[in-house]
Amino acid sequence: MTQQTPVSKASGEGGAAPAEPMRDPRLLTTVASPKGWLDALRRRLRGGELGPIPVIVGLLLIAVVFQSMNDRFLSPQNLSNLTVQIAAIGLMTTGVIMVLLLGEIDLSIGSVAGLSAAVLAVLAVKQGFPEWGAIAAAIGVGLLIGLVHGTVFAKLGVPAFVVTLAGLLGWQGVHLYLMGSDGTINTSPNGAIAMLTQTYFVPFMGWAIAAITVILYTISVFVVERSRRRARLPYKPPSEIVFRAALLSLPILGGVWVLNQYKGVPLAFLIFVGFVVVLDLVLRKTRYGRMVYAVGGNAEAARRAGINVDLIRISVFGIASTLAALGGIMLVSRNFAASVSTGGGAELMMAIAAAVIGGTSLFGGRGNAYSALLGGLVLGAITSGLLLLQMDTSVRFMITAAVLLIAVIIDAISRRGRKSHARGGA
Amino acid sequence: MSTPVLELSGISKTFGAVRALSDVDFQVAEGEVVALLGDNGAGKSTLVKVISGAHPADAGGVIRWDGRQVGINSPSDAQRLGIATIYQDLALCDNLDIVANLFLGNEKLHFPGTLDEVEMESRAMELLDSLSVRIPSLRVPVASLSGGQRQIIAIARSLLGQPRVVMLDEPTAALGVAQTAQVLDLIERLRDQGHGVVLISHNMADVRAVADRAVVLRLGRNAGDFPIAETSYEEIVAAITGAADNPVSRRSERTGSSALATEDK
Ligand SMILES: Nc1ncnc2c1ncn2[C@@H]1O[C@H](COP(=O)(O)OP(=O)(O)OP(=O)(O)O)[C@@H](O)[C@H]1O
Ligand SMILES: [Mg+2]
Repeated sequence: MTQQTPVSKASGEGGAAPAEPMRDPRLLTTVASPKGWLDALRRRLRGGELGPIPVIVGLLLIAVVFQSMNDRFLSPQNLSNLTVQIAAIGLMTTGVIMVLLLGEIDLSIGSVAGLSAAVLAVLAVKQGFPEWGAIAAAIGVGLLIGLVHGTVFAKLGVPAFVVTLAGLLGWQGVHLYLMGSDGTINTSPNGAIAMLTQTYFVPFMGWAIAAITVILYTISVFVVERSRRRARLPYKPPSEIVFRAALLSLPILGGVWVLNQYKGVPLAFLIFVGFVVVLDLVLRKTRYGRMVYAVGGNAEAARRAGINVDLIRISVFGIASTLAALGGIMLVSRNFAASVSTGGGAELMMAIAAAVIGGTSLFGGRGNAYSALLGGLVLGAITSGLLLLQMDTSVRFMITAAVLLIAVIIDAISRRGRKSHARGGA
Repeated sequence: MSTPVLELSGISKTFGAVRALSDVDFQVAEGEVVALLGDNGAGKSTLVKVISGAHPADAGGVIRWDGRQVGINSPSDAQRLGIATIYQDLALCDNLDIVANLFLGNEKLHFPGTLDEVEMESRAMELLDSLSVRIPSLRVPVASLSGGQRQIIAIARSLLGQPRVVMLDEPTAALGVAQTAQVLDLIERLRDQGHGVVLISHNMADVRAVADRAVVLRLGRNAGDFPIAETSYEEIVAAITGAADNPVSRRSERTGSSALATEDK
C-alpha cells in the first residue's frame, strides 16, 4: 500500500528503484574480516547448517586413527592407491546421487556395472573389438539401460524401487549369460582399458591441473561477485574470495603434492573428480540442475511450473546407469579382468552409503555432487586402513555400518534446529 | 463487457467416479475481475486447474483464447498463452530458495542452459519491493518462510511472466490484514493494467471490494453469473447454497441480520 509502483513496470526495468534498497533489519550481515567469517560460521553451525564439516572432521579422525595404528596409512603410495581404488565406486556414487536428489533410488547400479564389465570384456577379448570401441559400447549399454529404467518409472508409474530391483536381478542375469561358461575374462594388461587405471600424470601436469583449477575457480567467483555488486546485490568482498580460494587450494595442492611423491596424479582419480565437478556445475549452475532439484523437492510444483518431469526423471536414470557402467569399466581396468562376480558384491551398498555419508538426503532435493567424493574418500580410507591392519571384510562392514549410522544421526540431529531444510508443508 | 480473452464452454472433469465439473461455462475479459464462488467442494479449484493445464478437462469442452479455439493440455500450454495461476495448494518447492522458486520453469539464462542468478536475484528483489514484501533473505529455502510469506512468493511468482490472465485460488486465506490489503490492491492494479483476473475467495467482503462479476458454481455446475454491483449478498448466497432458505439466511434471521451487516460491509 505504501508503494504504488506498477508491478510489471518494476519487474521490467530497475531505474525507478530507490538508490539503496532498504534491507530487512532482521537480516544479519557478515562483516568482511576473519572475525566476521568466524561469526558467520558459528551462526551457521548453531543453526544446524553443518554442510560438509562433519564428513571432513570424520575423514581427519579416520586418518589420525589409522596413521597411529600403522604409519604406512598416510604414505604417498597408500594414499595414491586409495584414490585409484575409490574411482570405480565413486563414479557409481555420483550417479546414485542424481537419483537420490530426485527422491528416488536406483538399486540396479551394481548389476549395471557388472553387465557393462561383461560387455566390455566380451567385445574386447572374445569379439576382438578395438578396446576404445568396447568401452564406448559398454557405456552405451549403460545409458540405454538407464533410459529403460527411467521410462518404465516415469511413463508407466512403476515405483523406481521396483523397476531397479527388477534391474538388479535382470541385468545380473544378462551379465551371467554373457559371461557364459567363463568365470573370468582377462583383458589385456596394456590396452586402453588397462590404461584407465594405470596412467599417472607427470608431476608437472598435476601441478598445472591444480593451478588451473584454482585460478579458474577464483576468476569465476570474482566475476560473479563483481556483477552482483554492480547489480547492488549482497556480494562477497575480494578478501573473502581470496580466503575461499586459499581454503580450496589447500586440499587440491596438498593432494597433488602427496600424489606426486608417488607416481603422480592418477588418471582414474582425475576422471572421478572430473565427473564430480562437472555434475556439481550442472546441478548448481544450469537450468537442468535446477529442474532436478525442483522435481526432487516437489514434483507436482515442478510439473505445474511447466517442467517436463518425465523427461527429467528419464534423463537422471540415464545418467545414473551411464555412470554405473563407467564404474564397471573402471573395475575391469583395475583387475585386468571381468568376472561373474564383478559389480555383484558390496558395490551397490557402498555406493549408496557413500552418497549418504557425503551428505545427500535419501528423501530428495537435498545434497550435492561433492558428497560422492567425500563419502567415497571416507569409505575408501576405512577399507584401505583396515586392509593395512589385516582385518577382514567382516570388520570393514561393521565399521562402515557404524559410520553410515553416525552420518545419518548427525544429519538428523542437525536438522532438528533447521526447519529451513525440512521438507513438507508450512 | 469487452470480448473475453478466455472463454470456456461445456467443460467437464471427472476424477474416477467423481464428476467434479459438468458442462461448465466460464469467461474472463481483459480488465475484469471475476470472482469464482461456491461452497467447499463445488469445483472451483478444479476449474482453475483445468484452465491452468494442471488437470486437463475431459474431451468435449471448448476453450477459446482471444476467440480462437485452443487446447490446454499441460501447464506449459497455459503459460505460453499467458495464464498465470496461484494454486490453493501452493505449488512451491520447499528445498529451493525464493529466487529459484520465483523463476522456476522460467529461469533467466546466460549462455545456453546456464542460470543467470544475478539477473534473477535483482529482478526478484525489485518485484518483491514493488509488492512491499519484506523477507530477510532471498536465498533461504522457502520451507523456512511463514505461511503468508509463502503465499506472497506464490503470487509474485505468477506475475513474472507478464500474464494476461491471472487466477488466484484463495490468495488471502493465510494472510494478515496488511498483506490481504496488499493482495487486493494488487488485484486492482492488475485489472487497471488490463489483465483479466479470476479470484476465488470465501471472503465476501474481499469479493465485493474488488470483483466486477461473480460466477457461482454449485456441485460442479454453473449456478449463476452476477454483476457484483447490482446483486445483493442474499442473492449470491442463495446461488451458492442453492436455496433462499439456507443456513446463512436462517442464521441471519435468528441473529437479526447483524451477521450480514458485519460480513457484507
Ligand atoms: N485430484 C482429485 N482426485 C479426485 N477427486 C478430486 C480431485 N480434485 C478434486 N476432486 C474432487 O472434486 C470436487 C471439487 O473439488 P475442488 O477442489 O474443485 O473444490 P473447491 O470448490 O475448490 O472447494 P474449496 O472451497 O474447499 O477449496 C471435490 O468433490 C473433490 O473431492
Ligand atoms: Mg479449492
